[in-house]
Amino acid sequence: MTDLSRIRNFSIIAHIDHGKSTLADRLIQFTGGLTDREMSEQVLDNMDIERERGITIKAQTVRLNYTAKDGETYELNLMDTPGHVDFAYEVSRSLAACEGALLVVDAAQGVEAQTLANVYQSIEHNHEIVPVINKIDLPAAEPEKVKAEIEDIIGLDASDAVLTSAKSGIGIEEVLEAVVARIPAPGGDRAAPLTAMLVDSWYDPYLGVVILVRVINGVIKKGLQVKFMQGGTEHLVDRVGCFTPKRTDLPELGPGEIGFITAQIKEVEQARVGDTITTVKNGATKALAGYKEVQPVVFCGLFPVDAADFEKLRESIGRLRLNDASFSFEMESSAALGFGFRCGFLGLLHLEIIQERLSREYDLDLITTAPSVVYRLHMTDGETRELHNPADMPDPVKIESMEEPWIKATIYTPDEYLGSILKLCQDRRGIQLDLTYVGGRAQVTYELPLNEVVFDFYDRLKSISRGYASFDYEQIGLRDGDLVKMNILVNNEPVDALSMIVHRSQAEPRGRGLVERLRELIPRHMFKIPIQAAIGAKVIARETISALRKDVTAKCYGGDISRKKKLLEKQKEGKKRMREYGNVSIPQEAFIAALRMGEE
Amino acid sequence: MARALYIHWPFCVAKCPYCDFNSHVREQVDFGRWREALLADMRHEADLAGGEPLESIFFGGGTPSLMPPDLVEALLAEAQRLWGFAPDIEITLEANPNSVEAARFDALAKTGVNRLSLGIQALDDEALRFLGRAHSLAEGLTALDIAQRAFDRVSFDLIYARPGQTAAEWQAELERALAFGTGHLSLYQLTIEPGTRFATDVRQAKFIPLEDDPAGEMYELTQELTRAAGISAYEISNHARPGQESRHNLTYWRYRDYCGIGPGAHGRRRGAATVRHKKPENWLEAVAQGGNGIREERTLGQAEQASEALLMGLRLAEGVDLAEVSRRFDFARDDLIDAGRLGLYQSLGLAWSDTDRIGITPKGFPLLDALLGELVPEALVSA
Repeated sequence: MTDLSRIRNFSIIAHIDHGKSTLADRLIQFTGGLTDREMSEQVLDNMDIERERGITIKAQTVRLNYTAKDGETYELNLMDTPGHVDFAYEVSRSLAACEGALLVVDAAQGVEAQTLANVYQSIEHNHEIVPVINKIDLPAAEPEKVKAEIEDIIGLDASDAVLTSAKSGIGIEEVLEAVVARIPAPGGDRAAPLTAMLVDSWYDPYLGVVILVRVINGVIKKGLQVKFMQGGTEHLVDRVGCFTPKRTDLPELGPGEIGFITAQIKEVEQARVGDTITTVKNGATKALAGYKEVQPVVFCGLFPVDAADFEKLRESIGRLRLNDASFSFEMESSAALGFGFRCGFLGLLHLEIIQERLSREYDLDLITTAPSVVYRLHMTDGETRELHNPADMPDPVKIESMEEPWIKATIYTPDEYLGSILKLCQDRRGIQLDLTYVGGRAQVTYELPLNEVVFDFYDRLKSISRGYASFDYEQIGLRDGDLVKMNILVNNEPVDALSMIVHRSQAEPRGRGLVERLRELIPRHMFKIPIQAAIGAKVIARETISALRKDVTAKCYGGDISRKKKLLEKQKEGKKRMREYGNVSIPQEAFIAALRMGEE
Repeated sequence: MARALYIHWPFCVAKCPYCDFNSHVREQVDFGRWREALLADMRHEADLAGGEPLESIFFGGGTPSLMPPDLVEALLAEAQRLWGFAPDIEITLEANPNSVEAARFDALAKTGVNRLSLGIQALDDEALRFLGRAHSLAEGLTALDIAQRAFDRVSFDLIYARPGQTAAEWQAELERALAFGTGHLSLYQLTIEPGTRFATDVRQAKFIPLEDDPAGEMYELTQELTRAAGISAYEISNHARPGQESRHNLTYWRYRDYCGIGPGAHGRRRGAATVRHKKPENWLEAVAQGGNGIREERTLGQAEQASEALLMGLRLAEGVDLAEVSRRFDFARDDLIDAGRLGLYQSLGLAWSDTDRIGITPKGFPLLDALLGELVPEALVSA
């Protein structure tokens, strides 16, 4: 156990690519947590996806033993928090486990929207924030301008910001000294009943579920019977330790300390982020504040391209779920896509991550249906129900009213793109709340319906701002909306995978866009194919694919059948990747491309 | 037992830009060596698939009209010795309609060739130049005249749906062609085959092939005009007055056994597919080494044979006898054709069925490849 005065718990806040992971690596290296040989790039981001995308999905923590210039050895717990809004709740728990944060800002790029949201959260947790201006050795670095931005936009004193280049190893010791000097030591009472916050949990094939904890009061050690106050379960602690970043067993964790425990738990679902851990005997009576159950907000169907992969998909989803209790799934069947799963996610990035992990780690070829949000339906008979899937939309005459989730979005952009971004928000039914300029940048705040955002909003934003705009959001609750279910009919048959719930005002342009795109994507058949977008019986957009006129091998001669046969084999192979509606074979690519609209 | 023999002569004076057949240009050909090799290759086939008199022989190429008549004569004499000839045997030879070759038509007729297939290709000088043909229209017409006098049966080929060709232009050309009164016509739409000079030209945007829609319309027009002239299509691209069909080609389309000798020739005998070495020198070498030019001989499964029978048979106006295919290849009749699909395409007027027979309508013919993909069950194709 380390004396409280010599513990520092801190996180790093940074926008993607601003160098958070590199800085973390340098801190580990400097304090000798790993030898140079053991250092692989970005130690903290364990998953391939995390490394490739430069994002953190699971919270990680590293204990650094640092002998400061005052001669004392400090225990520094560096918490690497998820950086994305989809994991806002996990972020808030990670932040709650710390007393301070390093705010890493790229010396050339300046402050970004995502950074802002996390900084504000950190400020809400009363953190001491140490600004770090990174990449100062870049030719385009403008540390003074960035300091001014930090002061103007965030309102933090940046005069003693630490200047670093994590890549070149400049300013690393100064960062560690600033942590020791400026971030407060944690409080806590060793004699009080155990209260520890469950910061995060993940599944390890050898250890079972590993739980990251921050001890507030009391002591947690091996052999202790503990209770999860929210989950209501009891477990025997069988291992206590920390990561340096190598897993190191410890006899105990005392107040103010961050580390891990294992307790023979099989599923992460039983170890919910934000729960309070106490002892079974003489435990605390009051749980820590701030626990909430996370609910999926974005839903989509996941279907195997090859129907034979359904069992594999079921198994893979089950396994992923072992490590990520925040997504939900239930079986779904679609006339177009066969058997699959309706899955719920914390947000679009979460959806993408799960989808990518399924295809990469489990080698599955998947079709994803259009993401949809959760609507609340007020039925004429007084019942209230939630709608996750457009296919389950009841008869409109039985619906009294519908509510849809709204968000407050903060967009931060170089002002040359502002006009197009305002138009995009306006087109998506946005309500402008605020618009401010700082230097050459603008910050806009909009209220937007979430269903407009899940529909390619982020892609559009990126493309119109050439990737310079950053975007963050928080949910602000449900609002009434004039929503309708739009069906797409191919050869007069509805294609379930393409039906969607849209605002009445958006139905026509979206329907037109979709049928136009399908006309390009569906190959000609031997008959005319009408493609329609309809609300109920009312057709709002229509295109026709004309009939194929010619597809023949003119000359088949000399008894050479082989080429003809190959052609037929190829045709059949192609058909396997198609789904059939009203005698029309729709290529899988058409579904995927139709659902990924708006990049025209 | 094969009752049809195909003999491939691989040489041409020049390679035509649209042609993807096995044709080669050589400075010199050692006719003596070729004669011996072809005879050996023929004897190999006769040993394996002899026993019944031949009903047809086809000299294809390449340009078989470049063969010295005495070589043709020697090959026919050997074939007759090995198999014997049915009394009404059809012996076809493909010929180019230029003056040098036309001068040999009489001599060729004396060897026993009784049917000439002339590569006229177009009745328009500009089109002939585009198609890379060595002959002019005038030469072509003279050759046709000589041929009609020298041979009992004459057919000629035309290539239409050329880039920029209009329906009216084609109608005029076809009407003129019909007026020559031959018993048989092969009317091919121009297709750009991979590996040909035309494929390169298209890639380099030197010309744009005619779009499928106008080509489809021209096909329809062709059917109307030939039907009115009493020379309807009996196969996708082949037209004949009743009784004037190419019996040899019908053997392929009806999926009967045939022997194929010479470079690149394909054969089917007793459930085995044979392919001969394509390159003339390799074929010669193979014959010299092993007494035959076979590169690959493979036994086909029942399903594969059934699918081949359908692929070929559905090219014919007469269609396919499903009961017969079922018997021949011991394959359940219901598994030969997707009945649901057949119903759909029948209702669209693209296919027909009549007790045991099914077939493609003239309206369906230009869509045959797409139709086959729909009608032939996957189990037959992937088997």
